Amino acid sequence: MPRVAAALTLRDRIGTIGARTGFTRNNYKITPGLYCLGEPSAASPVLVTANYKLTFDALRQELAGINAWILVVDTRGINVWCAAGKGTFSAEEIAYQIQKAHLDQVVKHREVLLPQLSANGVAAHELQRLCGFRGRFGPILAVDLPKFLQAGEASEDMRTVTFTLRERAVLIPLEICMLWKQLVLAVVIFFALSGISPDFFSPTMAGNRTILLVFATMSAILAGAVITPLLLPWLPFRQFWLKGIMTGVLVSLLPLLVYWQSMSSLEKIAVFLWTSGCSSYLAMNFTGSTPFTSLSGVAKEMRKGLAVQIGSGVLALLFWVVGPFM
Amino acid sequence: MRSFRYLDDTAILHLSEDKCIGCGNCQLVCPHRIFRIFEGKAEIVDRNGCMECGACAKNCPTAALYVNPDDGCGCASYIINSWIARIRGKAPSGCGC
Repeated sequence: MPRVAAALTLRDRIGTIGARTGFTRNNYKITPGLYCLGEPSAASPVLVTANYKLTFDALRQELAGINAWILVVDTRGINVWCAAGKGTFSAEEIAYQIQKAHLDQVVKHREVLLPQLSANGVAAHELQRLCGFRGRFGPILAVDLPKFLQAGEASEDMRTVTFTLRERAVLIPLEICMLWKQLVLAVVIFFALSGISPDFFSPTMAGNRTILLVFATMSAILAGAVITPLLLPWLPFRQFWLKGIMTGVLVSLLPLLVYWQSMSSLEKIAVFLWTSGCSSYLAMNFTGSTPFTSLSGVAKEMRKGLAVQIGSGVLALLFWVVGPFM
Repeated sequence: MRSFRYLDDTAILHLSEDKCIGCGNCQLVCPHRIFRIFEGKAEIVDRNGCMECGACAKNCPTAALYVNPDDGCGCASYIINSWIARIRGKAPSGCGC
């Protein structure tokens, strides 16, 4: 049986960076099955977790000095909460892994500890019927496990999700790095649109104006994918697309002031609309990363938000193309 | 999580008092602590705190709870994909999360 350490190695930490920036995120898995941590006995607790390595590392990292069994279920490399939402972290899957690992011969007790955030995928009362092991929900965060194991129960705080500045900040690299494909495509389109001139197509003009538009887009990313997540609880409005417009309008001052002299009025309006519209979209997309937005709410705000964003984007590009002709 | 509030009167969450046996599972699993058990029955004390994660309904032994069953992670790209898929009559392709 594989034995794992609580301490993370340099390789684990580099892997964490890879996952957090999106480079290795979609294939950052470990083999499902039973692992042992420390010197577990037949009476030691069994902790169930997902096979996303970032999740597995977050768990074992908090368990220094604790003897436990870790049962890793196959969630296809997705974290606990999302996998539960998608149905891969389920009572059926846990029962399957319990039987495959012959857990009934490894431990004497008949209880496994489940992360609380797996509850949207795991019906704990089903588990017993499926495999004879009782499922018990532990705390939300692995950091609270030592206290939970000692006290035998989780406090209200341990059972409440949080979204602290730190928790929001670690999401930002991924929000940005997931955009590079769209960004490459955008640059091609920018170049084509920016060069359209009274003398058909001017490569010099295309180059210069593309740089400007890329600068505006970067500003939108700063507003929608960095500032909005960081300042989330302090920004007015509950709808994310409105929060994003607000930060986008403010940050659009950046490209406007830097290039004020070299732009016509129409181009200034275009930059303003582009920056605030893109920021609004990126902020709206951040709903998927928060632990408090309901799907009904997101769908509701998107109907209005998306219309405004598409409108401002189309108008911006239109003004941008027409600009040199005025 | 009282410091973060999303849209009021939007989340789809129904509790059938008749079916509820007061087991307390919903209160235990809810990550936003919106339930309490009062006189042997579950009660929703903070409806607008609901994010439709579905943990309560999944762990309700008598199916007394109903939560918006649309799956998906609530990110905009997934919803756009599912809208496009619905128009084209196909299954949504997901969003990579």
